[in-house]
Amino acid sequence: MHPWIGAGDEDRRRILAELGLDSIDELFSSIPAEVCVDRLPMDDGRAENAVRSELQSMALANLSPECVPSFLGAGVYRHVSPSVVDSVLSRAEFFTSYTPYQPEISQGTLQVIFEFQTLMTRLTELEVANASLYDGATALVEAVLFSHRVLRGKRNTAVVAETIHPMYRQVLNTYADSAGIEVVTVPPGPDGRLDPDRVREAAEEPCCVAVQSPNFLGIVEDLPGLAKATQASGALAVQVVTEAASLGLLAGGGRFGFDVVCGEAQSFGVAPGFGGPHLGFFACSEKHIRQMPGRLVGESVDEEGSRAFCLTLSTREQHIRRAKATSNICTNQGLMALAATVWLESIGGHGLRRLAMSCLARTEELKRRIVEIGAPWQLAYPTSPTFNEFLLVGPGTGPELVERLANEGVLAGVPSALWDGSWPDGIVTAVTECNSAEDLDAFVCALKRVS
Amino acid sequence: MKRRAIRSEPLFFERNPRRVQRQGYMLPALDVPEVEPTEVLPPELVREPDPDFPDISEMEVVQHFHRLSQLNYAVDEGLYPLGSCTMKYNPRLNEVTARYPGLAGIHPLQPESQVQGALRLIWELEEALKTITGMPGVTLQPAAGAHGELTGILMIRKALEARGDVRQVVLVPDSAHGTNPATAVFAGYRAVEIPSGHDGTVDLEALDRMMDETVAAVMLTVPNTLGLFEHRITEISKLVHDRGGFVYMDGANFNSFVGRALPGLMGADAMHINLHKTFSTPHGGGGPGAGPVTVSEALIPHLPVPRVTRDGDTFSLLWDDPKSIGPMRGFYGNFLILVRALTYIQSLGADGLRAMSDVAVLYANLVRHRLKGAYHLKYDAPSMHEVVFDDSVQTRHEVHNTDIAKRLLDYGFHPPTMSFPLIVHGALMIEPAESVDPEEVEAFCDAMLAIARECETDPNLVKSAPHDTPVKRVDEVRAARNLKVRWVPEESP
Amino acid sequence: MNVPADLKYGRTHEWARVEGDLVVVGISHYAQDQLGEVVYVEVPDVGFDATAAEELGTLESVKAVSEYNSPVNGEVIEVNERLEDEPNLVNEDPYGEGWLAKIKGSIEGCDLLEAAAYAAMIEAESA
Repeated sequence: MHPWIGAGDEDRRRILAELGLDSIDELFSSIPAEVCVDRLPMDDGRAENAVRSELQSMALANLSPECVPSFLGAGVYRHVSPSVVDSVLSRAEFFTSYTPYQPEISQGTLQVIFEFQTLMTRLTELEVANASLYDGATALVEAVLFSHRVLRGKRNTAVVAETIHPMYRQVLNTYADSAGIEVVTVPPGPDGRLDPDRVREAAEEPCCVAVQSPNFLGIVEDLPGLAKATQASGALAVQVVTEAASLGLLAGGGRFGFDVVCGEAQSFGVAPGFGGPHLGFFACSEKHIRQMPGRLVGESVDEEGSRAFCLTLSTREQHIRRAKATSNICTNQGLMALAATVWLESIGGHGLRRLAMSCLARTEELKRRIVEIGAPWQLAYPTSPTFNEFLLVGPGTGPELVERLANEGVLAGVPSALWDGSWPDGIVTAVTECNSAEDLDAFVCALKRVS
Repeated sequence: MKRRAIRSEPLFFERNPRRVQRQGYMLPALDVPEVEPTEVLPPELVREPDPDFPDISEMEVVQHFHRLSQLNYAVDEGLYPLGSCTMKYNPRLNEVTARYPGLAGIHPLQPESQVQGALRLIWELEEALKTITGMPGVTLQPAAGAHGELTGILMIRKALEARGDVRQVVLVPDSAHGTNPATAVFAGYRAVEIPSGHDGTVDLEALDRMMDETVAAVMLTVPNTLGLFEHRITEISKLVHDRGGFVYMDGANFNSFVGRALPGLMGADAMHINLHKTFSTPHGGGGPGAGPVTVSEALIPHLPVPRVTRDGDTFSLLWDDPKSIGPMRGFYGNFLILVRALTYIQSLGADGLRAMSDVAVLYANLVRHRLKGAYHLKYDAPSMHEVVFDDSVQTRHEVHNTDIAKRLLDYGFHPPTMSFPLIVHGALMIEPAESVDPEEVEAFCDAMLAIARECETDPNLVKSAPHDTPVKRVDEVRAARNLKVRWVPEESP
Repeated sequence: MNVPADLKYGRTHEWARVEGDLVVVGISHYAQDQLGEVVYVEVPDVGFDATAAEELGTLESVKAVSEYNSPVNGEVIEVNERLEDEPNLVNEDPYGEGWLAKIKGSIEGCDLLEAAAYAAMIEAESA
């Protein structure tokens, strides 16, 4: 017996008797004996308190960034987390339900997704957004495959900015090969920004040009120029966003003619969680809706004419189209989309703007004070515009500096040399509204001690 | 007390219609000098005006989502017998451990010395899954079952390439879940269907004819989507291996034989495990899930990076390996889902996991026994954890499986799966899962029997169902013809 | 089921009507009935080089996407633009306003059925 198993021993005997069986083993008679085992070589079940302390001991063996001034970013950000978010996420009506295939008893989940889709279209300034993808990296993959489909598979090169998160590019490489797509990488100019002319020259007839803004180095790209350069080649323009909070202050790529804006929305109320689950998103223009991957909720009415929501365009999906589906994605990140929806609706439109302004102000303040300290510390791209992240170089390699600053009690960021790229070896430092003036002081003091 | 029946809830965008300033959350005070955005950013890139959605108070937010939640059915409400989806209880202990700040709050790119506990947790779950499957390698990266499938097929592709053997085809049974053929095509292969034999399992003669040097892999769901165990599984594996192919096992239904049989002994080269099915992590209204893939020796070199390695008591991450297929996603997997699964596995242990499968199979057979007189059973072989009926008895009264499903809602139960297996027309695929009490399973059977009687005595009652849900049948045709996939204010259509 | 006598039929349920040197193509009443309510019609590009018994486009219902084939060989000269906004025409008037494409070609030598033979085929299929 176990608390999570509904039938006790007597129940089992009673059901077996009803089935006319002597032993439960008879129910498994179709499994050939040569693949069977008597028991698994592992411990038997344990009580709740034992499991709790085992898991707690693993949790306590980690250093929680809540406890020290933390400037870690590079795709995963620490933002405010209203208590409301986890309270809603803990509602069993949401977290223990399935994909809303039965609209009559799933209007809660369906309406949440509809609201999420609407929020994301407003932030990206595009017409349609799906119900989520696994994460930012796979969202980039889906965007490239989407572009390939929209152009009917006739263009097999994808132009990708080197300043897209290097991990995303690695993930793209994993998929591109089997899809028959060649990935061409364009490095940034000396200011860390992508030059539209170099994009134009990168490939003859690409299916897409993908750029990230703000990019891996924190720098805001020339989106209007890049969109124009892309459109001239007949390719689709793809904007990747890893720091979704930037959309509170920066216009979405849709405004400049980007065909796809996609990426990671972990910033919207999703815990860092050692890398997952996070929240991939994907928005595009309406004319390409039938090529869009992932689930979509639409508004309709019920038999009595009341507004009701349901999954729509399901025929693009694997459970109907099978081998001809736009993507093999099935389970996605529904609960994380709920988190983002609650978070955005708590923060509000003006609130999101203020939050982004706060990130910007704190980042500019820290940059100013670093410039003040001077040698051996410096900003790698001092004149380039940033939102809430920048590349810092100093007396040593990135990993060394991160370690020395950690010893001074500050998690200063992520070493840029974790991945190869044409950027200096330093620290990618992120500043959010959670970094107080005291955190900035601590950072500056630590820098002064490490020189 | 009269309780307010919640049937609908305005959209967030319809709240605060005057768009006055309200506050839903107080941000940390700005304790640094304010910056004018256009002075430090290119002005054309700055969003003007603010993001266009309302600000509402905290209580309004809470009420909004509370009311929305009341429109959902959930596992905590009653039986959720979706076949193949395994809607079991989501233990509350999982939710506690996954919220430990030392797990939920840590950043994936902190120095390894600061995250030894998290790396150990990954390593421990890997070891547990290897033990449970009897397979020597594993990756926890995949975010869901379909993602695991793709990971497995890409590893197989890489292994074939490594020996200079380029193949074009993946064989998939006609009973397979739709993700299987979609995955094969996504991985660059052609998906070819293997017909099912008359007993519902793979037609071995057909496989013998089809399995040639063009076939990279055979994807098999064990037990299959009809709830039937591929009893010739070892013969099938041998046939595939002898001809240079690989066996991919779809572990969506693994929950029917945990602790009784090992996929490793069946000859599987790769198998994904849906942690959100077998190992109790919540479905979350459509994810997040997790789809770790266990592999045979032949595929270990090709596992995705980054990988966790162990040296004594120190754990590290291996980021590069030329033989690897590369990363399948960002970071190391849906880590907080992995935390829940490890919590579940440690709680149940060897004895509990076996009992879990036992009761899952027992319940399915109880349903089968009670309903087989009222509903038609296309394949009469022994059922495992789920049983597939069809509506051929009821269609005589012009009642279809979808009508039966909608009528079940009136009885307070979630309907079974109907969209597949495609080889059963009008399918009703029922999987009770082990966590409910037997009385709940019996009540479900009673409801199904009552509906079967209604199909004869009052078919219109069933065809016009549901009668007692927050909304009635939704016009899906209208939703698809007249696409409205975001809210647009009425005055500016 | 409505099977007009003056049309020719493909074995995959398309119809063909000769109009001068053009062949008008649509799907049969039986086919639209099997599909259910059509929510989206994908027509070929004008200029597409159609091959008899090969895919010409797709029809989407809520539950399925189905390919339809070209009954004849030839170049697509015109497609039914109205279907973009009114896919329901395929259900409501499959032999009239719900036509799909006009192809410059001939039915000579194509494997098409007379109305009686087609009616017998669907009779057998639905039995």
